Order: sequence, then structure tokens, then C-alpha cells
Amino acid sequence: MSVGLSHYLILGAVLFAISVIGIFLNRKNVIVLLMAIELMLLAVNMNFIAFSHYLNDLAGQIFVFFILTVAAAESAIGLAILVLLFRNLRTINVDDLDRLKG
Amino acid sequence: MNVLSLDLMTALPEIVVLVMAMFILLLDLFLKPSNRFLIYVLTQLTLLGAAAITILTHSTTVTDAFNGMFVDDPLADGLKLAIYLATSVTLIYSRAYISLRGMFRGEFYALVLFSTLGMMIMVSGQHFLTLYMGLELLSLCLYALVALDRDNPSSTEAAMKYFVLGALASGMLLYGMSMLYGVTGNLNITGVAEALLNGAPDHGVLILGLVFIVAGLAFKLGAAPFQMWVPDVYHGSPTVVTLFIGSATKIAAFAMVVRLLIQAMFVLTADWQGMLVIMAVLSMVIGNIAAIAQTNIKRMLAYSTISHIGFLLLGFLSASLNGYASATFYILSYVLMTLAGFGIILLLSRQGFEADRLEDLKGLNQRKPWYAFLMLLVMFSMAGIPPTLGFYAKFTVLQAALQAGFTVLVVFAVIMALIGAFYYLRVVKYMYFDEAEDHSPITAPVDMKLVLSVNAIGLLILGMLPQRFMDACAYAIIHSIQ
Repeated sequence: MSVGLSHYLILGAVLFAISVIGIFLNRKNVIVLLMAIELMLLAVNMNFIAFSHYLNDLAGQIFVFFILTVAAAESAIGLAILVLLFRNLRTINVDDLDRLKG
Repeated sequence: MNVLSLDLMTALPEIVVLVMAMFILLLDLFLKPSNRFLIYVLTQLTLLGAAAITILTHSTTVTDAFNGMFVDDPLADGLKLAIYLATSVTLIYSRAYISLRGMFRGEFYALVLFSTLGMMIMVSGQHFLTLYMGLELLSLCLYALVALDRDNPSSTEAAMKYFVLGALASGMLLYGMSMLYGVTGNLNITGVAEALLNGAPDHGVLILGLVFIVAGLAFKLGAAPFQMWVPDVYHGSPTVVTLFIGSATKIAAFAMVVRLLIQAMFVLTADWQGMLVIMAVLSMVIGNIAAIAQTNIKRMLAYSTISHIGFLLLGFLSASLNGYASATFYILSYVLMTLAGFGIILLLSRQGFEADRLEDLKGLNQRKPWYAFLMLLVMFSMAGIPPTLGFYAKFTVLQAALQAGFTVLVVFAVIMALIGAFYYLRVVKYMYFDEAEDHSPITAPVDMKLVLSVNAIGLLILGMLPQRFMDACAYAIIHSIQ
């Protein structure tokens, strides 16, 4: 059996699903949320690279470079907010983020 | 070489804003805190200069630049001007508020300018990559702005929620873009549109991509069922940042919907129309019903935003040039109303007091009749009562939807607007028929009072003479969308 485009797409879809489930089911730790977000962007990258190779078109791979860069900036800001959160609330438990509701 | 200089001319407003944002960030390091006012003046001048350049280099047709990654058309010019205006008014309203809360720092202005740049790129993006970069530049700056009040646990919590859900939305949008790329082999908006026109090979994958893109856009706009971040972020952020998120950024999200759904995927109109109908109905129901139960005015306005987005979607789902023009009119009117509404809240707040509960408006007529009248105009306009601008905005959107044959939906929208009138008029009741509990004087800088008055009275005047405004929106749409 040879590995074709659809295998990569299925892998991308599985990674994407894991990350979405990770965001919505996780009730413990905000850091896990950041990891899930990272995983989601990697799933997208997997898609882009698979399509790019399949279409013989470099644009998709260039897009991936940009996504990787943005992902780095995004986790920097996410971690900065996380530090603030711990300083202000003394917890990074997702369930404790319940100040705002109504 | 000549081509490159032409390209750079097309992007001149963006280049100016970028250079000035970096300059302001650096200048702040060398300024004494007593001279911070200079930063504010420079930021306003930057916006003014960008507006002047946008008007001088405006284009009456669609002008592509950078190999079709960037576009300058009447719609982009008009929306950019609206973004400058909304940002500039936000800064005028916010000066007193942020100086009282220790946020009058260079970072605030640099972040606002960088997010303005992000919005400008989103408005002019003609390629998935440009749109994505603009969107991320905007979002990353907004996360930082929400968390700017560092010692406030509510705004930190709001920042975290905004960050996680915003990143989720970007991820969905990207996933949809990757699917579209796979099917069409193109990342360019015009390229995707052409490829779809020539017959898409795989309709199933295409619809999958479309669903993800619509979901991502709905997140960014704040349309139900992806609205859960809106109330929390509006409530938790410092009021100036809520004002910014509620006004200028909505214009950019609107532009993104135009680029992605109307320009790139007009072939799939029948498919996204159905999704938008569901989102419009849900937004109007959730927004209007949940707003009734709110006691916090920022939260109430957040739900009101959700219902306004529902009405905006009515303009889109009409899928006609007339409908798109009315949607443009609606989003610009909505921005004007939001600016004035949050402006009043900022006006009433003072050191250590946020004025964000509905009770804080009680007896405003006894305290300052003029501001009570301005707030009355804003509330009437949001509820859609003639002769204010909000009435005409709702009217054109409903008219477009009716022409497109969505009779039941229009009747439903009118019923929802009636339900919505209840909570807007409740604010009016608090202001005019209740006794004031709080008699502290209302102080504000002169420029803020002046701009706020012009802003709110403008809702009345534009509501009575909407024709030129409407013509401008129609002109921009007709000359930008083929």
C-alpha cells in the first residue's frame, strides 16, 4: 500500500479534531489549551504541504512558513497572558475562569 | 522597477502607518512621562495623514498590486477611511479614561496603530496569505490590548478567553483555506473565483472548506452560534478596548466576508446563503433575548452587537449588489452608533468608577440633560426608531432581503427588532424617569464632549438625509465587485 494524498489529509483531519476536542473538553489546565492551539495550526500545515506537493505548487509551502512564524508569535502572547493570569488569579485552572458571566 | 514603485504607491497608506507605529514605539522610550501627550498627537496625525494619502491615491477601479496579493478599489478606500475615523474617535474618547487608569503609555498607541495596520491589510487583502497576515496582526494586538490593564483580573480573564477562541477561529479559517487551496490549486481570491467558475472538481471537499471558512468568519464577526466570546470580552476588557473591538474591527471583519464569500466564492452563493440564514436567525434570537436579562451595560451592548450582526447577515444573504450595499451601509451605521454608545459610558466613568451598570444611568436627565439626550439618540438608533440612522440601516437591509424573496425571514427580523426595542427603551426609562442616585459632577475634556455631540447628533442628521451616504456605499460596492 502506498501512502497517498488522502492519508495525509486524514492525518491532518485527525490532528485537527484532536485539537478542537482538546480545547472544548479540557477542564484542567490552560497550558493544555495552548498546546491544542499549536496542534491545530500544525494540522493545517500538514494539509497545506500535502496539497502543495500533490499540486506541484510551491505557494502552499510558503504559506506554511508564514503560519509557523505566526504560531510562534501567537504562543508568545498566549504565554504572556498566562503569566498575567497566574499573577492575578493564582491559578491556571480552566474552571476557575468564571468571573465573567451573565 | 517602475512596476514596483507603482505597487508601493498602492500600499502607501499601509507603509506610512507601519513606519509611524514603529517610530512611536521607539520614541516612547526616549520621552519623559510628562511629554506623553506628544505620542497621542503623533498617533492622531498618522491617522490623518493616512486618510489624506488614501484620498489622494484613491482608485476608481480595481487596481491590483504585488502580483495580485493586494488590491485597491473604491470599497477598500471607503472602508479604510471609516477605519481611520473610528480609530481616531476611539482615541479621542479614550484619552481621559486611560490617563486615569495608568494606561496612558506608548504601548497603547503603538498597539492601536499596529491593529489599524492589520485592519487595513485585511481590507485590501486579495490573497489568502495577505488576509491571514492582516487578521493575525489585528488579533495579536487586540489580545495584548485587552490584557493591557495588567492588575485587573477580569480583563486578564477576558484576554485569555479571547485569545483561545480567537486562535480557534483563525485555525478554522486556515483549515478552510487549505481545503480551498487543495481543490482550486490557488491562493489568490481572483484565482480561486476563476477556478470555481471553470467547474470545481470535488464539490464535497469544497463544501467542507466553505463550512470551516464561514465558521471562522462567524467567530470573528461574533455571529451566533459562535458568539460565546463576545459578552465576556466586551465585559472584561477596559471600556476603551471594548469600544475599539466593537467599532473599527467590525469593519475589517466585514471586508473579510466580502473578499472571501462574495468575491472568492460567489459560485457557491447558494451554499453559503443557507448557512448565513441559520446564523442570522440564531444571532437575532440569542442577541435580543439574552440582552434583556443583562444588568451590565457593556454586556448588554455585547448582546446587542450579536443581534446587529444578525441584521448585517441579512444584507449578505440577499446575494445581490443592492444587498451588499445595504450591508455596507449597515456596518458603517453600526460603527457610528457603537462609538457614540460607548462614548457616553466613557464620559460617565471617572477614577475608580466604570459606569458600566445600567443603574449608573439612572436620572442622567437630572444630572446632564444634554448627555441624556445624546444617549437617547443612540438608543433610538440602535433600536431602529425613525428618524435615526439605525432605522434607515435596518430598513435597507430588510428591503434587500425582501427583494431576494426571504419574506418569512424579514417578518421574523422585524419581530426580533421589536423585542430588542424593549431593552434599549429601558435605558431611556432609567435616564428620564428614575431618580439619580449618584450626583457626582461629569467632567470630560472639551474635545471629547464636542466629538461625542457631533457623533450622536450625526446619527439623527444622517438618519434624516441618508441618501448620499447610501449612494456612496452603492458606488463602492458596484465599482469593486464584478
